[in-house]
Amino acid sequence: MTLKIVIIVVSLIFLFVLFAYNTLVKWRMRVKEAFSQLDVQLKRRHDLIPNLVETVKGYMKHERELLERITELRSRAMNASNLKEKGEIEGSLSDNIKKLLILVENYPDLKASENFKILQEEMISTENRIAYARQFFNDTVRHYNTLCQVFPINIIANLFGFKLAEFLEFPEERESVEIKF
Amino acid sequence: MGALDFMKIASRNKRRTFLLVLSLILILYFIGRFLDYTFSGGGFYTLLALAIALFQSLISYYVGDKIVLASVRAREPNLSDYEERQFVNVVQELSIAAGIPTPKCYIIDDPSPNAFATGRDPKHASVCATTGLLKLLNREELEGVIGHELSHIKNRDILTMTMVAVLVGAIVIIADLLRFQLYFGGARRRRDREGGGELIALLILFLIVIFASIIGRLMALAISRAREYMADAGSVAITRNPLALASALEKIANYSRPMQVSDAVSHLFISDPKKRGLSEKDSLWANLWSTHPPIRKRIAILKQMAGLSA
Repeated sequence: MTLKIVIIVVSLIFLFVLFAYNTLVKWRMRVKEAFSQLDVQLKRRHDLIPNLVETVKGYMKHERELLERITELRSRAMNASNLKEKGEIEGSLSDNIKKLLILVENYPDLKASENFKILQEEMISTENRIAYARQFFNDTVRHYNTLCQVFPINIIANLFGFKLAEFLEFPEERESVEIKF
Repeated sequence: MGALDFMKIASRNKRRTFLLVLSLILILYFIGRFLDYTFSGGGFYTLLALAIALFQSLISYYVGDKIVLASVRAREPNLSDYEERQFVNVVQELSIAAGIPTPKCYIIDDPSPNAFATGRDPKHASVCATTGLLKLLNREELEGVIGHELSHIKNRDILTMTMVAVLVGAIVIIADLLRFQLYFGGARRRRDREGGGELIALLILFLIVIFASIIGRLMALAISRAREYMADAGSVAITRNPLALASALEKIANYSRPMQVSDAVSHLFISDPKKRGLSEKDSLWANLWSTHPPIRKRIAILKQMAGLSA
């Protein structure tokens, strides 16, 4: 009788460990995938920036400083070593590009150029993709981190050395509109 | 609209599609039996009808989206065109936001603003917009409309809606074939048994009429207006911008010329392409029979979401 109970308890524990471990692995994988999706979009932006600067340079003579800052931030972002640094640089890159896209309104010649119109669309699209991919990445990280910390999964996480994932935080988060259903 | 809501609607859609296919098989089975009985086909027509039902279900499941896209003469977007490029960009951005693979993009050359999604699951999905839509809407409004279409994909509405489109389209063809059989088969028998052919012809015509109305009813049941409201809510969950979608719908509603599309696919579109009067009514009758909810009501709901009174 006691043996039976012991066997049942042990196999239940084993099943739980199996389940918890697999769930943790699955979500760690998802964090990785979400990050590479985000990274693709950041790279896309890095690729677009030289073209953007080259196109607007001739028109926007008064914004030289801004253009230089964008170029510099781009090269720093490409060499960023950790996620915290990456977040700070990419975040201010986003802010500066937004500034540039707003300033374009003052240059009707530039706005009228068909070549620039498509480039501008690409920039807007890239900014949106980065925003959405970052949101998706951070949501995934949040879910994974919660899994790692709730009892009793945290025991398994500690046992097998699952580390908490880092968020990609941009400086000065703007408030998003809350929608209620 | 959380992830769970999407999943709940998705499994309901799968169930409904299964029921739809089952009822199609049953209907065709009874028609086969009926034909066997009247033309004494000895089981031939029943077998034929069942084969047709099976074949149709498989076709509409696997290539239904391609049939729908071909029937509206959709083409691939031209990336060097500013508006079409913007459309492709918005689809890619929002599919990141919705967490689904990027669907294929298609364009219909038509000045009437409209859009639809088709396919069987998020991995095999397409979004299609008219050139009129891309011309008329600004970027934010377009995001609202694409968000709506991506919710249809996420909900698996596309599966049910595409299968209905292809099955109903095929049933129209079968009805034509039946009429064909009536003229030729019926004429031959008229010589054999005087007068009997007339009666059978009338009976079959009667059957076709009943049949068509049953199919119409089934379609309305399967589609139901609720789907469109849910997709509007889903769009807002993705874009967080109810007012942009409201203003897009406003622009679509103000365009009064109907589109030249088949009745079999009109329920796929975000707004009734036929601009039928029934779509704009809110009576019990309209709720039962129309596949599109009144656009004014959708706009009012969206404005409510944004905290504005309509």
